[in-house]
Amino acid sequence: MSRLKRIARNQHGVQPLGGGHALCQGCGAPAIVRTVLSSIETPVIVVNATGCLEVATSRYPITAWNVPWMHTAFENTAAVASGIEAAYKALKRRGTIPGGDKDVTIVAFGGDGGTYDIGLQALSGALERGHRFLYVCYDNGAYMNTGIQRSGATPYGADTTTSPVGSVSLGKLQQRKDLTAIAAAHHIPFVGQSSGARWQDLSSKVERAVAMDGPAFLNVMSNCPLGWGHESRVGLDVMKAAQDSLFWPLYEVVNGEYKLSYRPRKVIPVVDFLKMQRRFAHLFKPGNEALLVAIQEQVESEWRKLLRLCDEPVTELPVVKPTEEAEQAEAPVGAAA
Amino acid sequence: MPVKTQEGAQLLTGGEAVAYAMAQIDPDVFPVYPITPQTPIIQTFAKLASNGKTTTEIVNVESEHSAMSAAVGSAMAGARTMTATSSQGLALMAEVVYIAAGMRAPIVMAVGNRALSAPLNIHCDHSDSMMIRDSGVIQIFAESVQEAYDHAVMATRIAEHPDVMLPVLVCQDGFTLTHSEEPLVLTPDEDVKAFAGKYKVPLPLLDVDEVTTKGIFALQDYYTELRYQMNAAMESAKTVIADVFAEYSQLVDRPFSMLEEYELEGAEKVVFLMGSTAGTIKDVVDELRAEGEKVGLLRLVSYRPFPVEAIRKALAGVKEVIVLDRSDAPGSVPSLHAEMAAALYGSGIDLRAHVFGLGGRELVPAEGRAIFAGEAPTHVALRS
Repeated sequence: MSRLKRIARNQHGVQPLGGGHALCQGCGAPAIVRTVLSSIETPVIVVNATGCLEVATSRYPITAWNVPWMHTAFENTAAVASGIEAAYKALKRRGTIPGGDKDVTIVAFGGDGGTYDIGLQALSGALERGHRFLYVCYDNGAYMNTGIQRSGATPYGADTTTSPVGSVSLGKLQQRKDLTAIAAAHHIPFVGQSSGARWQDLSSKVERAVAMDGPAFLNVMSNCPLGWGHESRVGLDVMKAAQDSLFWPLYEVVNGEYKLSYRPRKVIPVVDFLKMQRRFAHLFKPGNEALLVAIQEQVESEWRKLLRLCDEPVTELPVVKPTEEAEQAEAPVGAAA
Repeated sequence: MPVKTQEGAQLLTGGEAVAYAMAQIDPDVFPVYPITPQTPIIQTFAKLASNGKTTTEIVNVESEHSAMSAAVGSAMAGARTMTATSSQGLALMAEVVYIAAGMRAPIVMAVGNRALSAPLNIHCDHSDSMMIRDSGVIQIFAESVQEAYDHAVMATRIAEHPDVMLPVLVCQDGFTLTHSEEPLVLTPDEDVKAFAGKYKVPLPLLDVDEVTTKGIFALQDYYTELRYQMNAAMESAKTVIADVFAEYSQLVDRPFSMLEEYELEGAEKVVFLMGSTAGTIKDVVDELRAEGEKVGLLRLVSYRPFPVEAIRKALAGVKEVIVLDRSDAPGSVPSLHAEMAAALYGSGIDLRAHVFGLGGRELVPAEGRAIFAGEAPTHVALRS
């Protein structure tokens, strides 16, 4: 059966996250949620951290959710999922599951703020304890719900409202943390990095993740038109550029074994990804060429490290001349005047 | 002095006793994190589980914040859930304590009351409970190990009552009760199980055929109405607590009340307080009564809901009430003082108040006498 048919079958005619929610046009999150939940055969129970996805889908007295769904707070989603999983185990053992015993899959969703930062401790604890659940971080690289503040996932150089570009500032001056590697360090059965622009990759990772007898973690790039500064219609193109420039590689770690999921046939320079977004526009101003070189070098260094972990041949990357690229760079799409 | 005990009594600490009650109820899930002086509760519970006394799913989480979060998840999923904490642990949980109450998760939590930092202190006062006083959770305070045990047996019935559906905190004084052995009579396992009954919450998350959205986002248009419902639940809790106390009282032949009246008959001066210090004040009352003084004690058992009507009734005819708070409120007056001032407003009863026992400082009988005599400083036993 084709993947599309399996997804359609799993939905039983009902989208797990219906229409009518209040997420922005072009937001990466709802497509990720639908792909994740529709790739799971069993009934699901969804736990959601405070954030865009939560507030935009659950405003009383209406809901966009057609599956059991629960939110409590920002930083504790993995802990809440732990409690639901413990309840499931206890009631299954005692034969007292309400509505009768059936297999269910517990899926937690959190943004990067709720996962990389404030929710990291609860996530780490839940992964270490080995609860059987899938945690999906939809990573758009900043606290978008509160108005684009920097997070531990915000990339180097990005303009945010708490790392604003100014006459003496070039945006965020720290590297983002590598949460996927942190999750992998918990020795859990499945860790994966995917992208909202690669639904087949995401769907197949979800299928493998939920088959594991233990915790699974997925870090999924999710575009944010408002926070990244691009037109709503080009979100998938921007994310695809993140994969093709090696800025956000796709891979998985299954029982400790690294496996590369996607190797671009033609690697594009990172500037091609950066220039699509207003949050990096300042990097293209004359005098900042060295920063672009630094970003390119950082991405290449991380990529080589990943290739070694995946036991893949470390081939030469196309030589990129950032200065020329910078000169050729057009104004970012949708950039404010 | 030899202790006179009931037949079949045994010596247990308050921590052990409450853990024993919880193991007898055998909840489905127990997420918990260690902290002094709560630790004997989970240690005893874990030991009972390791010997097959209970088959509860114990979740050893990485913080109290996660303990309460997991508890909310578990309770909403459809599992009877208990936890335990003290002091800084309750402080860390506080955010989720409010959420548990607002989501109407009937979790039972054992609390070993302990002072809050700074400075760091591990001994008893009631600051931790006071910090979450307006969260919407029920808080019941014990005087003795026996009472703490009995409260723990009764707590699920109060929390899970359809007219209540709120978390219940079974509070006992840290160290004074949690770590002190007292003789108590345990209720037989089958009686506890039958009394607790089965856990039932409406629309549990694990019933995947009944799709619900829980933990919603409510703004100006609905927030007030949703929070207001907790007022009605607390009002119902007054009746439910009285009923559950009466039913259990019949079972074990011990009296229970939201308010304990001690020597109130003809009393002119009455001390009002919560917790184990009532034992000391009772001795002082006995001495003063023997000397002809018209004194008494009114001990508050149910801090939340605050039984204001019953308090007014119990104090009718009294000339002066002396409120003893085991917590401070820099910049204002502590909770019992303020609430008693409100309760007695217009009654003509004089009100005096003291802060005592912070960070485990004992209140000795001589200080009790000074309090009745009006010779104690506002902060009892404060050194200058």
